[in-house]
Amino acid sequence: METNLDRSPPITAADRGSFTKAVLAVEKLTKEKIWDCRMCGQCILHSTGMSCPMRCPKNLRNGPCGGVLQNGNCEVLPDRPCVWVQAWEGSRRLPVWRRHMEHLMAPVDWRLQGTSSWINFWTRRDKHMPAGWKAAGERIGGHR
Amino acid sequence: MTDANGAIGRSRLERLLRAGQFAVTAELQTTDSADPGSVFELAELLRGKVDAVNCTDNSAAHPHISAVAAARLLIDRDVEPIVQFTCRDRNRLGLQADILGAAALGVRNLCCMTGDDVTAGDHPEAKPIYDLDSLHLLRMVRILRDQGTYLSGRKLTEPPDVFVGAVENPFAPPLDFRPLRMGKKIEAGAEFIQLQLVFNLEVMRVFADRAGELGLLERAFVLPSVYVPRSTRALRYMRDAVPGIDVPETMIERMERTPRDRQEEEGLLIAHEIIQAVRAMPGMRGVHLISIGGDDLVVRLIEEAGLLPRPKLAVEVASA
Repeated sequence: METNLDRSPPITAADRGSFTKAVLAVEKLTKEKIWDCRMCGQCILHSTGMSCPMRCPKNLRNGPCGGVLQNGNCEVLPDRPCVWVQAWEGSRRLPVWRRHMEHLMAPVDWRLQGTSSWINFWTRRDKHMPAGWKAAGERIGGHR
Repeated sequence: MTDANGAIGRSRLERLLRAGQFAVTAELQTTDSADPGSVFELAELLRGKVDAVNCTDNSAAHPHISAVAAARLLIDRDVEPIVQFTCRDRNRLGLQADILGAAALGVRNLCCMTGDDVTAGDHPEAKPIYDLDSLHLLRMVRILRDQGTYLSGRKLTEPPDVFVGAVENPFAPPLDFRPLRMGKKIEAGAEFIQLQLVFNLEVMRVFADRAGELGLLERAFVLPSVYVPRSTRALRYMRDAVPGIDVPETMIERMERTPRDRQEEEGLLIAHEIIQAVRAMPGMRGVHLISIGGDDLVVRLIEEAGLLPRPKLAVEVASA
């Protein structure tokens, strides 16, 4: 199994060009304003009921932790609603992508933090997965 | 993996569950000692009374003796450990190193979870890690075990031979999503699930029914947790200070009506009733028992709830 060749394209000079900077500025401005986006560079908003999972203090990508308070607020920031409670409710209101809440999301590629998820989508850099994860495919689970 | 009598499993716990036995696990009290005797003492109390013992990973975000080290000390005293791994204190490199290390030291059960946030503990200034979430961790253990590689794809010389567990909380919002989340954990790689402490049997029933409808109870061994409250104060503490716990008002009132000197007995009775209730729910394959401030109550509960003697594997009977 190849590991080195499977790396996503490195951040290059093109990422510092004026076009990239302009796209980044527009994305940051709009998504931070509307969704309190944290610019992880690998956006899965549509899969999480339009509630940005990176706002979760534990950076969870696959649903709420077990510490959600009985009133639906976050255990770490008790005066704020749990972003995953919002994600679940938001996903129920979406006409599409509802089942995405049940999909297993890949680990975060922390190198992309602060880059434009729009550009990473076009360059497919956001499709990168560790080779072992990719080899595991869709299904593993259960005891039989 | 297979013993002489055909019971299959990587650990003794897995073999018992596969043999259809109702399993009993407990939680090791945390120790803050560099003296191995502190763990040996607890091992003495639980040996033969439970099938496996959870070694917590800096529980409630307080540092304690390393879970892997405590597990090895348990193995030295013939108690089978379940090592808990949280995502709070280690990134994917540290986690994989410790999974291999644990397996090399003889650990055969892992239980993967997110972990309480550092702000819940005595080092709130610490940098929380959360490089992976609990589902990533579960899948990573299965990649190590089944594919024989690290997450990166790099080959292992010998993969860790472990029974893989997870946790789920049926009592924390969003309640409708909880069974689906357990399903997601099973997809990610969980073979057994230890549920959060059960106080609210109504909510537990709804969760168990839904999990059954989704076919999850045939795909993983599910063990609800039961707590032995010592007092009204202990129950209130659970409700108010431990996030994600649902203690019905009626239970607190029941304890309040009990005279102070009889509350421990009442707590045992409550725990006993919860065990009977979850045992009667289809698809529940065991219980995980927790007490705070001493395992003596857990041991009494095991005795009084008729959970003794613990089953032996056929091979153990033959060699006895």
